[in-house]
Amino acid sequence: MTLIWLILIPFMGGLLCWQAERFGDLPPRWIALATMLIELAITLGLWFHGDYHLANAGMASDSVRWSMEWRVAWIPRFGIDVHLALDGLSLVLIALTGFLGVLAVLCSWHEIVRRVGFFHLNLLWILGGVVGVFLAIDLFLFFFFWEMMLVPMYFLIALWGHSGSEGRTRIRAATKFFIYTQASGLVMLVSILGLVFAHHANTGEYSFAYATLMQTPLSESTAMWLMLGFFVAFAVKLPVVPVHGWLPDAHAQAPTAGSVDLAGILLKTAAYGMLRFALPLFPEASQAFAPVAMTLGVIGIFYGALLACGQQDIKRLIAYTSIAHMGFVLIGIYAGTPLALQGVVLMMVAHAFSAAGLFILSGQLYERLHTRDMREMGGLWGRLGSLPGFSLCFVAASLGMPGTANFLGEFLILFGSFPVAPWVVVIASVGLVLAAIYSLLLMQRVYFGPPQGEGMLADLDHREYVMLLTLLGLVLLFGLYPQPLLDATAAAMGEVQRLFGAVPQSTTLLTGMP
Amino acid sequence: MSLLPLTFLLPLAGTLILALSRGRLDARACTRVGVTSVGLAALVSLWVGWRFLAAGGQGLGITLWTWVTVGDFRPTIGLALDGLSLTMVGIITGVGFLIHLFAAWYMQGEAGVRRFYAYMNLFVASMLLLVLGDNLLLLYLGWEGVGLCSYLLIGYYYWTAANGWAAFKAFIVTRLGDVFLAIGLFLLFRELGTLDITEILARAPEVWVEGAWQAQLASLLILGGALGKSAQLPLHTWLADAMAGPTPVSALIHAATMVTAGVYLIARLHGIFELAPAVLTLVGVIGALTLLMAGFAALAQTDIKRVLAYSTMSQIGYMFLALGVGAYQAAIFHLMTHAFFKALLFLSAGAVIVSCHHEQDMRRLGGLWRRLPLAYAGFVIGGAALAALPLVTAGYYSKDEILWEALAAGHGGLMLAGLVGALLTSLYTLRLIIAIFHGEMKSDNARHAEPGHGPAHGLPLLVLAVLSTFLGAWIHPPLADVLPASPGAQAHGAGHGVLASVAALVSLGGLAIAAWLFLRRRRWLAERMASGWEARLWRLWHQAWGFDIAYDRLFVRPYRGLVRVLRSDFLDRLLLLAGWLSWVLHRGLSRTQTGKLRLYAGTMVAGMTLVLMVLVLRGL
Repeated sequence: MTLIWLILIPFMGGLLCWQAERFGDLPPRWIALATMLIELAITLGLWFHGDYHLANAGMASDSVRWSMEWRVAWIPRFGIDVHLALDGLSLVLIALTGFLGVLAVLCSWHEIVRRVGFFHLNLLWILGGVVGVFLAIDLFLFFFFWEMMLVPMYFLIALWGHSGSEGRTRIRAATKFFIYTQASGLVMLVSILGLVFAHHANTGEYSFAYATLMQTPLSESTAMWLMLGFFVAFAVKLPVVPVHGWLPDAHAQAPTAGSVDLAGILLKTAAYGMLRFALPLFPEASQAFAPVAMTLGVIGIFYGALLACGQQDIKRLIAYTSIAHMGFVLIGIYAGTPLALQGVVLMMVAHAFSAAGLFILSGQLYERLHTRDMREMGGLWGRLGSLPGFSLCFVAASLGMPGTANFLGEFLILFGSFPVAPWVVVIASVGLVLAAIYSLLLMQRVYFGPPQGEGMLADLDHREYVMLLTLLGLVLLFGLYPQPLLDATAAAMGEVQRLFGAVPQSTTLLTGMP
Repeated sequence: MSLLPLTFLLPLAGTLILALSRGRLDARACTRVGVTSVGLAALVSLWVGWRFLAAGGQGLGITLWTWVTVGDFRPTIGLALDGLSLTMVGIITGVGFLIHLFAAWYMQGEAGVRRFYAYMNLFVASMLLLVLGDNLLLLYLGWEGVGLCSYLLIGYYYWTAANGWAAFKAFIVTRLGDVFLAIGLFLLFRELGTLDITEILARAPEVWVEGAWQAQLASLLILGGALGKSAQLPLHTWLADAMAGPTPVSALIHAATMVTAGVYLIARLHGIFELAPAVLTLVGVIGALTLLMAGFAALAQTDIKRVLAYSTMSQIGYMFLALGVGAYQAAIFHLMTHAFFKALLFLSAGAVIVSCHHEQDMRRLGGLWRRLPLAYAGFVIGGAALAALPLVTAGYYSKDEILWEALAAGHGGLMLAGLVGALLTSLYTLRLIIAIFHGEMKSDNARHAEPGHGPAHGLPLLVLAVLSTFLGAWIHPPLADVLPASPGAQAHGAGHGVLASVAALVSLGGLAIAAWLFLRRRRWLAERMASGWEARLWRLWHQAWGFDIAYDRLFVRPYRGLVRVLRSDFLDRLLLLAGWLSWVLHRGLSRTQTGKLRLYAGTMVAGMTLVLMVLVLRGL
């Protein structure tokens, strides 16, 4: 029962916020904050009281094992259930959603002044949709939540976004975001239906259940096409170059809370989708596709990094860095070794923290300078109190400084992928230099050089300081002691590795080994 | 429980206190926190070292916690103390404390002292983790940490954009080396299944035969990391620009400790290099080339700190040369004496620079020996050690050992390069001292020099001066248990005496030539340098053989061009074509919606005719 509440709480909280607007601006904010805190508290409670060590027990059996499960029939005629399940991976990502939800509410405290209630309705509904994605294991339900989270995000960008320079309007960015993800979602729907019909052809029954569909025998080419349908949907969301175009626009134009959610959680739904659906449902096809996917990952690392270097808009720069970081995630997922997969989890969490930190910081810069254009910044180090120090820390995290979780994530991925695909790893490692270049370019352009103006700007207030300090603390904590996180997801990742890794390596193309 | 972890925890605590104080501490308090934390760390390491030696050099390992556990991947946050790391810890905390103390004088009245000490303390903590880490991942943490602190401290005077770019360059170039090191770690873990240094050294000879390609590749990759950090060819270009930072930073990071991390790394992993003799020779050759290249470059600099920077590169070249001939102990010995005398030289330079109102151009100083006696003494003693003045200086003993080992190992060419380098060292050292302290004062900044006062100014100079003399050479690092015996130990010592005399003669001869050239024939020299091939040669050396220009053309410009080309995100534009196409179709079709009935009827008839025609034709 707890699982359905995890989804319902944000939705109900959103409705309350919407109605509470009539009592002023503050009630929606507090209600939203309380909602997300409750969500976070429930998840952490599950974390501390649940048992997520199932890996060894699951080795022998073929059935999927969950820590918690909840199931109610929805449309029995087609075998569609409201079927929710929780394992270590979904738990960690839901906890992340709860935490970033709290941050998103907090960082909108002064930024959002129009239609506050409706804003929080959208914000919480996004989060509710994301939680649904992380919990649903009925493919129809999964698709339902997958599409569901787009609509409020569209409104968030379109109604509360900033209009950028050079004719980049927020409406345009929102539309672009919507079309990209909607179109790719439809491809996934086709794949889901294809899989269901294949199952129907075999057994004469309709079912959208994850565990059932996993057993469906598929011909090699069918599996490949269906897998590609899933991959395209997730690739757009991750995003993978060349279908990344919506991300920089959406980030640049979204309000801070939108960017935090987008980078922190929405991108992670794609990685989650690959780990939960694309790989386990089609292990052979995924294995055959792995070289292509890894190559795309490498391209993403370079393309994202090179474009990040060329940006003037600070939020666009950070958006492109996300593309580069997700390249590492893609490599790790398709390397499929336990080390790489655990690295992927850590990288997802670490990137959520560091990108959230950077977006919050650029939101704070915008509040003080009313520009996101780095050409109008420079020499800000001495004028902003402790904000530059925090920027430095998050920039260091983003370039993979050891001691931060980002370093461990990247290095676990690289260590884990090296035995499978040494050349991919070697080339991807060069991305570490590029990461240093774009990260330090940001520092140089914004904080170093001669000051562009006189006098001090407002220092961080307590809300901002605590927010950033918490984020930084978590980045360092998971950078120096990630074990709680890794233990929670070890079983789930072991399951993925068992399904995916059992397939013999079909190619030695990337290994470079005879 | 040993006190060992306190050595890095104390400076780390200093950083945290300073970082979280949010302006509640004034400059004096910040200085006190910054200096005290390193001072306490030095005391702790003294205690630890004493206990270590009293126990007969028994190695010590402390695992604080397991960093990550995923299957076999189990790096720890664990410290290991042995003779080698103890030597390094002694240098880092000891020399580090003296430099921190000197900085208390140097940084008086500067803005942002809190930032300065926070970075400096973080640097000491990272450097200690680098040398104490018992596995390569923790070593890498320290390795990157010192790189970050170096970046921050080079860019300390951030309001000048050039300083920021110098810091940027330092970080990127060393990061390039770090990537090699990282790939080396991936390879080592795949091949040996561990990152623990002791286990690696034990397992490598079991898994690999001498000359195995994995061993060659691994040692090449590690060498790549070392080249970046230690500013050796071809990744050396960042060090001279790094002098943009405050002088105590140059003394600590860019002379005594961080830049020697590459030497430490190779010495630490000597077992892998022993399995790849070709790569080991390459280490020596790179060292020799660097020491010559940097020696010539140092001759033609006009900025005090740049002379010292190239000199540092050159001296690290000696250390690499020693490593390359298998004389690891000699390399570490020279590392230690170099830390003493180069720190002394940098601090003396700092004293001159502050006294002369931040004038660091040699051409605008001169005649200061009477006005700044302590700095002069520091320069003379440090310079003598640098030029390896026979018998009385520490530098003589360490450099002599390197040359002898090179000869004993049968690398006559490398030994010869070392001798030529020694001549160059004498030349540029004396040129530097004469330009600053002798002749007439060439600017108002020099004429109005104000000598420094107080123990924070005097004490570090005094202690380092003592350590730079033969007294410093009496400190014998307890390396015998860690590093293999050097080639010279087996050879009989007849040639040693001859070589020592030759080296002494070269050093003295160089000093004599320099004195004659720069004191007696100064005007003649200036005339010769004004035009012709001498001028061109001087410019080439002044630009340190033009590496910067070449790298700019080869890498920086193409990269920037690529960024500019890609800036508009052509892949995104490509996908937008789909949107554009539908828009065009929409415009085209909506054109037909004219509202004219006649046109609609005509189109309808035409269409029907077409359909009918197709049907009829197909029916035939």
